[in-house]
Amino acid sequence: MSLWSRVANAVRGERLNREIDEEFESHVEEAIATGRDPEEARRAFGSAARAREAGHAVRASGKLEDLIQDARFALRMLIKNPGFTVVVVLTLALGIGINSAIFSVVNGVLLNPLPFPHPEQLVALDESKPNFANGSISYPNFLDWRKDNQTFAAMGLARGYGFSMTGRGDAQQLNAEFISDGYFGVLGVNPILGREFTPADETVGASPVAMISEGLWRRKFDGAKNVMGQTITLDGKSFSIVGVIPASLKLRISHFQASDVYAPIPQWSNSILMFRGAGLGFHGIGRLKPGVTIEQARADMERVTGNLAAAFPEDDRGIGASIASMKEQIVGSTRGFLLILLGAVGFVLLIACVNVASLMLARASGRGREFAVRAALGASRGRVVRQLLTESLLLGITAGVISLLPAAFGLKAALHALPAALPRADEIGLDWRVLLFTTLISVATGLLFGLAPAWRVAKENPQTALKEGGRSATGANQRTLSVFVVVEVAVALVLLTGAGLMVRSLMRLWDVDPGFNAHDVETFNISMPPAMASATPEMIRAKHLALNEALAAAPGVTAVSQRWGAVPLNGEDDQWFWIDGQPKPRNNNDMSWVIDYIVDPDYLRVMQIPLIRGRFLSLQDDERAPLVVVVDEVFANKYFPSQDPIGKRIDLDNFGGKAAEIVGVVRHVKQWGLDSDDTQQLRAQYYLACMQVSDDFLVGMRGGTSVLVRYDGSLGSVIGGLRSTVRRMSNEQVLFGEETMENIVADSIASRRFAMILLGGFAVLALLLACVGIYGVMAYLVSQRTQEVGIRMALGAKRSDVLLLVFKGGARLAAVGMVTGVVSAIGLTRLMRQLLFDVSPTDPVVIAAVCVLLMLVALAACLVPARRAASVEPMRALRTE
Amino acid sequence: MAKTDALQGSLDLLVLKLLSRRPRLHGYAIMSAIATSSGEVLRVEEGSLYPALYRMEEAGWIRAEWIKKDTGRRARVYELTAPGKKQLGAEESRWQAVSLAINRVLTEA
Repeated sequence: MSLWSRVANAVRGERLNREIDEEFESHVEEAIATGRDPEEARRAFGSAARAREAGHAVRASGKLEDLIQDARFALRMLIKNPGFTVVVVLTLALGIGINSAIFSVVNGVLLNPLPFPHPEQLVALDESKPNFANGSISYPNFLDWRKDNQTFAAMGLARGYGFSMTGRGDAQQLNAEFISDGYFGVLGVNPILGREFTPADETVGASPVAMISEGLWRRKFDGAKNVMGQTITLDGKSFSIVGVIPASLKLRISHFQASDVYAPIPQWSNSILMFRGAGLGFHGIGRLKPGVTIEQARADMERVTGNLAAAFPEDDRGIGASIASMKEQIVGSTRGFLLILLGAVGFVLLIACVNVASLMLARASGRGREFAVRAALGASRGRVVRQLLTESLLLGITAGVISLLPAAFGLKAALHALPAALPRADEIGLDWRVLLFTTLISVATGLLFGLAPAWRVAKENPQTALKEGGRSATGANQRTLSVFVVVEVAVALVLLTGAGLMVRSLMRLWDVDPGFNAHDVETFNISMPPAMASATPEMIRAKHLALNEALAAAPGVTAVSQRWGAVPLNGEDDQWFWIDGQPKPRNNNDMSWVIDYIVDPDYLRVMQIPLIRGRFLSLQDDERAPLVVVVDEVFANKYFPSQDPIGKRIDLDNFGGKAAEIVGVVRHVKQWGLDSDDTQQLRAQYYLACMQVSDDFLVGMRGGTSVLVRYDGSLGSVIGGLRSTVRRMSNEQVLFGEETMENIVADSIASRRFAMILLGGFAVLALLLACVGIYGVMAYLVSQRTQEVGIRMALGAKRSDVLLLVFKGGARLAAVGMVTGVVSAIGLTRLMRQLLFDVSPTDPVVIAAVCVLLMLVALAACLVPARRAASVEPMRALRTE
Repeated sequence: MAKTDALQGSLDLLVLKLLSRRPRLHGYAIMSAIATSSGEVLRVEEGSLYPALYRMEEAGWIRAEWIKKDTGRRARVYELTAPGKKQLGAEESRWQAVSLAINRVLTEA
């Protein structure tokens, strides 16, 4: 037979069967016409099925036909059972899709976060100080570390900055980094054009040079090759461009992020840059020499910092180098919850697999008679198995294709919800290997449980199988199905408990009073016109007051304060002081530390922080008035326990030891976050008036300022008003970086919220799948017991008894699952302790609520099967057998 | 059972021969023709006839066509093809040779 006719035959299979049937009917008709007994004539065909099977075997034979015929038959079987097919395919698609999406994220973030050569050699460098395990490195210390160490191939230092770019269209604010020479070399990143900074660029007094990002190069320089040597005006100073950094650099670590502009550190006009004791927010990276371990590097740096401490006791006593694997630093805080997510995904996949397995098993058991008949008609066991295999594969492939939807959607949603602090989020794509792997696992599960009963039936004597209607295997199958339900309920309970604990944690967190009212507060920055670069302290103060006045007059603004120090939840700043009357500590690290907020008199009104005693800063507290501070309750209790702090004086180090009088006490603000503030070491806070800061500090504010406003009305129009106010003052100054205080508060718990959303999503998915699973199994069990129900009712059982019987069965399985689940949950939720806040991992309220929910869902899933059982007509049920 | 056994190996020959005499017969007609012309000695069952018809159709010895019957139902009628005629000749001579041989064995003693 030619290949063509084989294919044609196989494709014709369906019509063929119809034709054969028609021909047989015609035959029977003739027979009856010639006076044969209709019954007998029909019986002459044995079973029509048998003749057809034989006829079909002749008219369509050969391997290829078999395959296509199997596929067609499988397709027909699946279409004939749309409920089963849809449930299996959706279950699989969701399991596969979501699993692949989350695994892709975890893989990108956790397993391979640093897209650089030899990432294992990269470390994060910080100064360890008595008050900070990971404090900033002073520039002179960094230079000595780099010079004196023997274990590092290279070291780099960086600090974020904002430049105002002028001379190319409107003034524009650019993200920037001040970096040491060779910073990109440490990472192994090469400029796509030009060169990196050299030691010559990094000497003090060198002519200003800059590197720009590929993005800025394309936007502002049209991607011109001759950009090298062109200049760019930043903060009114002209820098010549020496290199372009590829856009593929997406690094974002705690103190460095890929930016538009990079400039050598000495180009930062900061008068205390070269102070060895200054904490200016510089943090470092390093690449270990090949073969050097972190321990060796630590020992080496201990020697280096020890020497420095001996040479500069005043600044460097107690200062060490903190060295941590960069991957560890990036991933460290998120590993826990990513692993928990991975676990959750695994559980969902497990439920999906169990679901498919139980559906396949139930269906295959129900088809016992079909297999027996086919075996009796001469279909070989291999043929039946192959048929089932085809069905499973068809289901798997369909699910695999459909799973691309939830996978793509899940990936997008996960990346969207992913806290911005995580690296590489932009580059993470769907991992095809994962998709394939999960598809295979799910299909294999389906196969295994779909084949098992068929195998058993096919192996048996067809005669027995036929007699028992293929029901001989159902006892074992019912037990297996019950186990499946128990597993599903247990796993769903664990997931729901995890999600419940997260929800409760977040509710607790939202209830935490941050110490201020974040509602209707907007924060933003304003860059000063380049002309301000040479402004005197008097001019800066005048500008400051003018800005406050103008912003306060903007529509919708009810209170304005600039802020130069720390900002709650969003920016740390600290100062040293000692109590007036005590000797100045000889070493900086022996001084007292305080979080300093440098603000205007209206700050309390903007933030709505309650004043507890005394007064807040006023307009009279200016550069001519005596220095005053307002402290928070933590400060008062710590430094003046059981005394009245009002009228006490402290000496401020950054004012050259000038004394400041405490004039008021305000409520403590949760600077370090809603969750962790209470456990931080540095919690004392004070407030200082912008107008009273030293002239040295003031000139540091020539570039720009940060503002907080409380507003009334719609945010959009308020921002618009502020923007035009700022522009009206000078078209060379820019308003940028606007964000609501509410967002800042929300961001501070973003990773918890991320975990909650995802866990919640998984839990709902698990609940849904478990519900479908319970329904499927109960429906099957009920259908298997139709006869029993019929007998019971014939013997006088009422419909309500039957309903109860089914509900009881379902409830018993669910209860066993719940007990298993609660035990597992108590064991597993301990692992997510770090994600919880103020909630015990075994919170009884959550567990109880989850149990009630699950029981309700389980009973709901039993509802339809129960009603079906109750509507059984006893006589019909008995007769069908 | 005995009746069908007698047909073993000769069903193709009978069908081809009948179709060479009377073209365009449907399955039932072939079945009754075999019965009547053999004096009710040979009887072919539906379960054997149709697979044989399909096999021969596939082999190209006969071809089938749907016709409309008076009752409105369609019937499938079969007729001999050129290769079928050749095959009939071959089967006939094979049968003659075999039955001759068998007769010789039976009459030898």
